[in-house]
Amino acid sequence: MIGILDPGPQTTVQDLGRTGQMRYGIPPSGPIDRFAFVVANRLVGNADTAAALECTLLGPRFEVDTPGAIAVTGADMPVSVNGAEAPRWATIALKAGDVVKLGATRTGVRAYVAFSGGLDVPLVLGSRSTYIRGRLGGIEGRALRKGDRLRVFPSGAAQPRRVERRAIPDYSGEPAIRVVLGPQADRFTDAGISALLGGPYEVLPQSDRMGARLRGSRVEHARGHDIISDGIALGSIQVPGDGQPIVLLVDRQSTGGYTKVATVCSCDVGRVGQARPGQSLRFHAVGVAEAHRLLRESDAVLRAAVKEEIA
Amino acid sequence: MRFLPAGDLAVCVELGEEISVEVNTRVRALEFLIQQKGLTGVLETVPTYSSLLVYYDPRAVAYDALCASIAELVPQATTAVLPPSRAVDLPCCYEDPELGVDLAAAARRLGLSTDELVRLHAGAEYLVYFIGFTPGLPYMTGMPERINIPRLDTPRTKTPPGSVGIGGIQCCIYSVESPGGFWILGRTPLALYAPDASEPTLLRPGDRVRFRRIDRAEFDSISAVVAARTYRPVIS
Repeated sequence: MIGILDPGPQTTVQDLGRTGQMRYGIPPSGPIDRFAFVVANRLVGNADTAAALECTLLGPRFEVDTPGAIAVTGADMPVSVNGAEAPRWATIALKAGDVVKLGATRTGVRAYVAFSGGLDVPLVLGSRSTYIRGRLGGIEGRALRKGDRLRVFPSGAAQPRRVERRAIPDYSGEPAIRVVLGPQADRFTDAGISALLGGPYEVLPQSDRMGARLRGSRVEHARGHDIISDGIALGSIQVPGDGQPIVLLVDRQSTGGYTKVATVCSCDVGRVGQARPGQSLRFHAVGVAEAHRLLRESDAVLRAAVKEEIA
Repeated sequence: MRFLPAGDLAVCVELGEEISVEVNTRVRALEFLIQQKGLTGVLETVPTYSSLLVYYDPRAVAYDALCASIAELVPQATTAVLPPSRAVDLPCCYEDPELGVDLAAAARRLGLSTDELVRLHAGAEYLVYFIGFTPGLPYMTGMPERINIPRLDTPRTKTPPGSVGIGGIQCCIYSVESPGGFWILGRTPLALYAPDASEPTLLRPGDRVRFRRIDRAEFDSISAVVAARTYRPVIS
């Protein structure tokens, strides 16, 4: 069991998300930064689909009552075990009674804590992911609270593993985000598309798991900002009447009636979600074939990221 | 028919550019065929008015091959392939101004008595084109033209779940508390979205909905049964 001593502002249980429910208006949820999430699971020997914690800006403090392993990835939140600094992006072995604390993030927004065995919360519509707005999944469909106790599936001893320094993403600076134009790029003026691809766009504090709200040069519509409502893909860049883009993320509405100028490549969605309010993004257009090549490349980076520790 | 890429994991298959039963039926039929054939690489589909968003795994299927196999199904996508739709009876209380907060104002705007407006609204059958925006929220049409009404000038910030509203040619039922620009004529005691239920959403794309007029006493008694999770909606 894991006892939550301090929950942090928004710590939720997530797995890789729900499939097949968007036709009923229920978003997939799951981790905003899939790369960091999967790496955390692999560091403790879990399947990629195991449930773990997503922590936002400030991490939780928790106590474990059985021995096991954890790994912390994603946003740069300092990690300590019983007050002593512990490594990030590496397996951490814990004894019964150990208290783990994640501090405030230095870069990035979301950190992930995976537990060997994976978190044991009920499957809801095939997933353990929390969808807060819909009060679904995770722990009673909500963020963790002080006093919550989480069960962990039993597991064997985890091999020590780590991620090499050069494979750890840098969440600082002004990330270049690759996008595929469309589905409604034809509803914008050339100047509007040039503005989007010229950037930069600043991330606003109102951003959340539903979408990253941005501010920058106006993305000008050619003829109105409303369309007949259609489906909204992960990473869709929706542009309402004010011309300011919103990148829709894992808790997005399944459908909507605003024009979508472009869609962020799946391998860069995590980078959008890791940009802090005040940080800026720049968008670059690629074609579908190039986007698929980038996806294969990011799959290869993920496969190579986690190394066995050499004794 | 147009294939509009929506990033590297989804493609929007657009079958028309209008809100019509005919186009939407083809969208739902195409979705049904894709599911039935189990097209390689397709992960999930989301029907809307006139397009189908197809989520796929590009590791399992190439974009061009996926579009080609969908294009092959489009000519077969007609009403004939769809299984019979469900008819859903939704009790709705119009009479209490606490529930149908805009009924009187909408009637005035349309030049009808409240009773005429309720009879026209409850007398029609509504097609669920799709579910979206919030969990379980149906996008429907079917109202007689006489009660088509522009949306509220100032959307309200909070609309209680179960509120039955009209705007333009559309009718919708709010599934969770959310902002809204529809005129609220009444409220159903049924939960369109119940996160604790094994099937959290009540309605599905393609359902046919009828509103059954109930009084406040029946609204309250059904609400109690719904709260106790023992209510069985009438679906045939």
